[in-house]
Amino acid sequence: MKRRVSTNLVLVLAIIALVAVPLVVYGSSASFKGSDDQGSSTVHAVDPHYKVWFHPLFEPSSSEVESGLFALQAGGGGVILGFVLGRLSARRRKDTTPTSTPGATP
Amino acid sequence: MGVETQKEISVHIAEGYLPPLHAAAWTIAAAPFVVHGVRQISREVRRDPRSKLLLAASGAFTFVLSAIKLPSVTGSCSHPTGTGLGAVLFRPPAMALLGSIVLLFQALLLAHGGITTLGANTFSMAIVGPWVGYGAFVLSRRLRAPFAVQVFLAMTLSDWATYVTTSFQLALAHPDVNGGFAASLVRFLGIFAVTQVPLAIAEGLLGVLMFRVLGKIAPDELRSLGLGAALPAEPTAPTGLAVPGGPAGGTVDLAGGPDGSAAVTRTAEAGEVE
Repeated sequence: MKRRVSTNLVLVLAIIALVAVPLVVYGSSASFKGSDDQGSSTVHAVDPHYKVWFHPLFEPSSSEVESGLFALQAGGGGVILGFVLGRLSARRRKDTTPTSTPGATP
Repeated sequence: MGVETQKEISVHIAEGYLPPLHAAAWTIAAAPFVVHGVRQISREVRRDPRSKLLLAASGAFTFVLSAIKLPSVTGSCSHPTGTGLGAVLFRPPAMALLGSIVLLFQALLLAHGGITTLGANTFSMAIVGPWVGYGAFVLSRRLRAPFAVQVFLAMTLSDWATYVTTSFQLALAHPDVNGGFAASLVRFLGIFAVTQVPLAIAEGLLGVLMFRVLGKIAPDELRSLGLGAALPAEPTAPTGLAVPGGPAGGTVDLAGGPDGSAAVTRTAEAGEVE
């Protein structure tokens, strides 16, 4: 059990490190512009005559609202994940409890 | 001029950035996969209603990861895809549907991706990504790599393949005025593919972590899906490496797990299915 926990911990730390290192290394000097943004501007650079012919039907009215919606998406997905993991865990516990074995004599 | 100077696409190609012909072509290309995904998921749920939970988890995993922008070593930020998990659990067709739902949500509510580009984005994230990931999974299993490595490769490569495909789609639609398709491709690859490497690795590690957790709390479900190899080593377990077979899924052994009661109580649980 201890080895399992420490291995999981190492994984979590590694993930955090991969994400945190760029922040630390670059500090505030990088704009961390979204790569999708760069995709759009590159399209215009490569294909200067291209006209965007369709626009989103709904756009968040500000970047705060947009962040909020993103957070909602991440949060909503997180709730579902949490529910599923909890449910699976409870089911597992129920499965492995001795009393649930049919025909068990006390 | 709208929210930002450019519409921040969360998933690849922003609304209107593919000419109508390309947009239509990719939509037509993606559609049969999504239809197949619907069929495969219904079949799976009929086969084992308990897999609804893991299906929800696969969708939710992609849902969450697509919403999180993370910084990368190249100084920009991007977001992972999360499609590798569902691809390994339920095989790629299921992800075609789940992924397209996530994309649709983001296109409608977040102005990320787009309706016109839904087909193309589905093709890259919900079809190519999962298939490449699943291919890596199967290949590494044949090569007898440890399960963790199989998962890692599945997650990392499905993430990366998604973005490579996007670069390809963009280059196809917007060849460089001088260098043509090739020059364009190099340029788009330069933005997406390199930025994505550390994130894909992080996603790979996250997938490994997820499977460790799932192996602990959902061993029966995993075995039912033919993924007994995901479980912590059991001396008595036979072939945990059953290949997920055809539509009926790789239902394998209900051999006694760490505790014999697990298999016995399965039938008793039938009524409990939600």
